[in-house]
Amino acid sequence: MDARVTNEVNYRAATLDRVPAAAPRDKIVDVSVENVVRLFGVTPALHGVSLDIAAGELVALLGPSGSGKTTLLRILAGLDLPTSGRVLFDGEDALKLTVQERNVGLVFQNYALFRHMTVLENIGFGLRVRPHDRRPSRKEIKRRALELLDFIQLSGLEKRFPSQLSGGQRQRVAFARALAIEPRLLLLDEPFGALDAKVRRDLRRWLREIHDKTGHTTVFVTHDQEEALELADRVVVMSDGKIHQIGTPDQIYDEPNSPFVFSFIGESSMLPVKVEQGKVWIDEQALDIPAKDVPAGPARLYFRPQDVEVSDELHGVIPAEILAFRRHGGSRRIDLEVGGRNRIEIELPADFSHNLSGWIGVRPRRYRLFPAAVEASAS
Amino acid sequence: MTDVAFTPTFVLSMRGPSVTTEKPKVRIALILVSVAFLVLFLLLPLAAVFYEALSKGVGTYFTALVEPDALAAIKLTLLVAAIAVPANLVFGLAASWAIAKFEFPGKSVLNTLVDLPFSVSPVISGLIYVLLFGAQGYLGPFLKSEGIQIIFAVPGIVLATIFVTFPFVARELVPLMQEQGTQDEEAALSLGASGWKAFFKVTLPNIRWALLYGVVLCNARAMGEFGAVSVVSGHIRGKTNTMPLHVEILYNEYNFAAAFAVASLLALLALVTLVIKITLEWRYADQIAASRRH
Repeated sequence: MDARVTNEVNYRAATLDRVPAAAPRDKIVDVSVENVVRLFGVTPALHGVSLDIAAGELVALLGPSGSGKTTLLRILAGLDLPTSGRVLFDGEDALKLTVQERNVGLVFQNYALFRHMTVLENIGFGLRVRPHDRRPSRKEIKRRALELLDFIQLSGLEKRFPSQLSGGQRQRVAFARALAIEPRLLLLDEPFGALDAKVRRDLRRWLREIHDKTGHTTVFVTHDQEEALELADRVVVMSDGKIHQIGTPDQIYDEPNSPFVFSFIGESSMLPVKVEQGKVWIDEQALDIPAKDVPAGPARLYFRPQDVEVSDELHGVIPAEILAFRRHGGSRRIDLEVGGRNRIEIELPADFSHNLSGWIGVRPRRYRLFPAAVEASAS
Repeated sequence: MTDVAFTPTFVLSMRGPSVTTEKPKVRIALILVSVAFLVLFLLLPLAAVFYEALSKGVGTYFTALVEPDALAAIKLTLLVAAIAVPANLVFGLAASWAIAKFEFPGKSVLNTLVDLPFSVSPVISGLIYVLLFGAQGYLGPFLKSEGIQIIFAVPGIVLATIFVTFPFVARELVPLMQEQGTQDEEAALSLGASGWKAFFKVTLPNIRWALLYGVVLCNARAMGEFGAVSVVSGHIRGKTNTMPLHVEILYNEYNFAAAFAVASLLALLALVTLVIKITLEWRYADQIAASRRH
């Protein structure tokens, strides 16, 4: 089948003059989550989470498994109810609405396509099950489903069953099915979780284009930071049922506000240090980097492997013993040992050359210092 | 080494030499043992039933089937199945929904109890009802004062049959529904379907073949049940005799041709069930395979 092959290769959103799935302006909602707590028995899945999402925004809920991100998504969808707290759509209490009344487009991790229905029947399902007075005619349902099928570039596959589609195609059908009900809010649970790396990258770009065209307020859950940082307008970093940081991808990556976010997002190295007299000390060596506002006492120094400079001079820098050099794509990675116990990794240009053994001075150009107590309470 | 390819081993095994498959002699022996066993214990008796039934001619055969007591037994069997099968359909759906789709305390107990009739002798199953509803039973005096007869009457036969056949539908549905999870239903609800619409348009189509399969097996057992029904029936000719009981009575009266004639109907039912079962297994396996392809 030719269509199938080209569709696999080209995930660009259809360049139609009229976007069939575009959200009507008055239908896009802003979402407000206020102090939501969800207990499963006595175990809290969410401890007092608050979050505001602007109309038309694309927000990622990012966190490791068990962080409560899927629970929050299900509460937004109406498939779960919070133990306490409020959820508002456009300032109105959404918790009073049933899952059907919320009119939320939901895409599941495994797509949950109806296996006994064709692609076209799947897409039209939401329109077919509407109560009599709001149900479009059969002809109209078919027309809209075909239009959406064209929009997701799967024209010609309307008679296929889900089992006859590839993973990426199922993903897009699930997406069209959710768009067909003209949702006020789109929720995606690990939308690319079940796909292989190449298809995942292509679909990511496709989703961003679709979002920019249709303008829906969209929330997606992911454990893949690359996906969150690349795709979202804002990223919400969660762990243990709490929100650690909300910010743009730049803010999250460049200014992590806690040891958890620093170590969860991107690569990082950590060294236990001591703050005294406004200076950062490692063992008995004072570093020539300011301690900023961190109070005196034990602290942790975080930096990214690429945010360092090195010298042969060992004064005022972190003295480290070279363990190994490794080639890493376009750069070179060096494993170091500091103070005989802490291992760190730094990244330098590929043309950097040095003795394969011996000592080297490391000075972080960008770093964050966190008091050790914060670390203890956060983890 | 190339010589190996031309040895008889290769020719017989058809798929090339393998270190894990059995030797041809072993294979042939295994096949012969199974076939001989099937012929001896299944095909011969089946043939014997039809042979004996027709031994006194086609006329006698049909006379035995339309004789009033036989007709009454056939009617009663159909009636019992017509009550027991739908009852177990509803029970099976409810129980498997409860076990597969949500969590509640005592769930594993329910799951185990569903299997109980399989592990209890049918005679005991019948005796339970005699103990409960019989003249000397716990509820006997009350039922007598109200003029309700359960034991040695149709209600007792229906109850015993329902008890013996209730695992069939649930056993088929629970594993399938557990595997399918609740996501399809959640998707349907979020798309605006009401609970009933989600059930009829999504859940039921997802389990239709397994459900039909369970119903067919349940029906076969409901019509063929002997032990439990024998205990509660009272063997009143033309009133509380089902087909299996009628066969027994005729046989005990040395009326072999008539006994085998009625038995041939049950054998026919078994054959039809077998055909439906094979057809469904073929369809249903296909569907399962499709749902697992991810």
